[in-house]
Amino acid sequence: MPESKPVLMQGNEACAVGAINAGVRFYAGYPITPSTEVAEQMAAKLPDLGGVFIQMEDEIASMAAVIGASIGGMRTLTATSGPGFSLKQENLGFAIMAEIPCVIVNVQRMGPSTGVPTAPAQGDVMQARWGTHGDHPIIVFAPSSVYESYYLTIAAVNLSQKLRQPIIVLLDEVIGHMREKVTIPEGKLMVERSSDKTVPADYKPYDEKGITPLVPFGFGHYYHVTGLFHDQYGFPTGDPPQVERALDRIHEKLEKYRDEIVLTNYIGHKEPRVAIVTYGCTVRSARAVVKKAYWQNRMPVGLLSLQTVWPFPAKEVEELAKQADVIIVPEMNMGQLVGEVERYAGSEAKVIPLNRYDGEMISPDQISEEVGRWL
Amino acid sequence: MEQLTQDFLRTKKLPHIWCPGCGNGIVTAALVRAIERTGFEQKDVVIVSGIGCSSRAAGYLNFNTLHTTHGRALAFATGLKMARPELKLFVIMGDGDCSAIGGNHFIHSARRNLDLNAIVVNNHIYGMTGGQHSPLTPTGKKATTAPRGTLEPAFDILELAKGAGATFGAKGTAAQPRQLEQLIQRAANHKGFSVVEALSTCPIAYGRRNKLGGAVDMLKEMKEKSISVERAAKVDESELEGKTLTGVLYSIDAPEYSEEYYKSIGKEIG
Repeated sequence: MPESKPVLMQGNEACAVGAINAGVRFYAGYPITPSTEVAEQMAAKLPDLGGVFIQMEDEIASMAAVIGASIGGMRTLTATSGPGFSLKQENLGFAIMAEIPCVIVNVQRMGPSTGVPTAPAQGDVMQARWGTHGDHPIIVFAPSSVYESYYLTIAAVNLSQKLRQPIIVLLDEVIGHMREKVTIPEGKLMVERSSDKTVPADYKPYDEKGITPLVPFGFGHYYHVTGLFHDQYGFPTGDPPQVERALDRIHEKLEKYRDEIVLTNYIGHKEPRVAIVTYGCTVRSARAVVKKAYWQNRMPVGLLSLQTVWPFPAKEVEELAKQADVIIVPEMNMGQLVGEVERYAGSEAKVIPLNRYDGEMISPDQISEEVGRWL
Repeated sequence: MEQLTQDFLRTKKLPHIWCPGCGNGIVTAALVRAIERTGFEQKDVVIVSGIGCSSRAAGYLNFNTLHTTHGRALAFATGLKMARPELKLFVIMGDGDCSAIGGNHFIHSARRNLDLNAIVVNNHIYGMTGGQHSPLTPTGKKATTAPRGTLEPAFDILELAKGAGATFGAKGTAAQPRQLEQLIQRAANHKGFSVVEALSTCPIAYGRRNKLGGAVDMLKEMKEKSISVERAAKVDESELEGKTLTGVLYSIDAPEYSEEYYKSIGKEIG
């Protein structure tokens, strides 16, 4: 693949550019720090591409508008931060239930509530998982660099189309506002959408057999879209076997495509005694530690970075726990994903939370100190 | 009155869930007849609705139908209309859905003047949850959450829309379905954000508690109390006391949002 020359880019900008390169032509949003640059980029770029940018009256409306446009057949994006993400949860649940593809960028800031709007944090890991009500499946990517912001947004757009499933790209303020050199490969980045206008006359938008293409409104297939439990044609049902089947169905699609959804990366010693499991900007500090401990000093240290935080990479963490005696989980919160690590690694390894929640990044020294304690 | 076009109904989904005496069926029938009158192609018509009794109408209509979350119908419709401006969108909302939880979306939809046809089915009550007062419940009327009568003043939903920038406002009633049908048709042909307030009856959750009689009594009173704007222009002012004006209350020419947007980016619609 030919490569274009490197450019200096911000994480938020990379999300916008990635989305556009993946075919997104509709953006609806509401201003909020530290995600506003995504909206500004889309406002600047979409009109020239024949796309739609609209600033809505609030976060709830932004999420609704994105779903509406997706039903019209467009690839869509919205971006926000913690407080706005809370407001989007209602319609995020709708999109999951009605299986409408869309991508939501959440650039996390220090909470709870208004918190410290300009300070980084990773406090929305559980909100991203369980923010909307009911037993729902969710896919959440967490980039640890500007380049990852770019390609994970592309992956999110394409996978969202393929699975008819909303996907969250969970940045933190550090990644969102950081500028880095990015080399954007040229070539086709848009995987063909699942929607297809040539479908059988007996079109079942929610076919029991698996994921069917979403035929956009306006092409003569008169199906129904609702947040209620529905049958294969989209019509409301309260029939217990149908309800159970429908809920299983939306979960099964994530299980079936697990290998495409769950992305992780391991660096360091092949048989680590001490391993670090983390995500987002904290990966950067952890990487510095592994660089020094393993690459320079050949110590048995490794790092499993999670590009996908939900569904939780259970298999990868279980395998790591078979090697490592100790797993350290640095997070810029009071300990959110560490509970999942404990769940899958706890019987094989000692799981140590390492938390910081003062609005500052976890430094390599902090992690290094903890690693040293267990070596 | 002629038969309803069966093509536009999902007859297999009938009978509907509405209570005996409910006005929603009359309003829905008026909508179907109005759509037929417009001559719009079936594939171009989209019904969007919120949450509540009247919003269940979407499930009975044979078009592309979108039953959204509570209060958010207009926001979903905004995204769809901007993505596909050639489609004809009818947005069905109840009084609580539209003016309470959806109030913000309602005024901003009016302000943008996007070509959406809002149909506010106003029965003055939250029916589906059993009779709580809404922002369109008249002061003094009783509800389960206002057992002594509500102290709150009600919105005039059409004035609210007008103040926010809506360019078409009309009021009809379930007691006068032919007029209602014509009003919805005119709203559909209007370019810009239009609101049709359809006064409806809820004998079960509203009428009973306020001793308004049965469905027939409520419809009779609704008919007696209303006067069309055309007729109102001809009668003495004293005759208008206590009457509700029906018909097209305002129709204004103003730039329509999706058309302006697509013009601004140099792209043709359709």
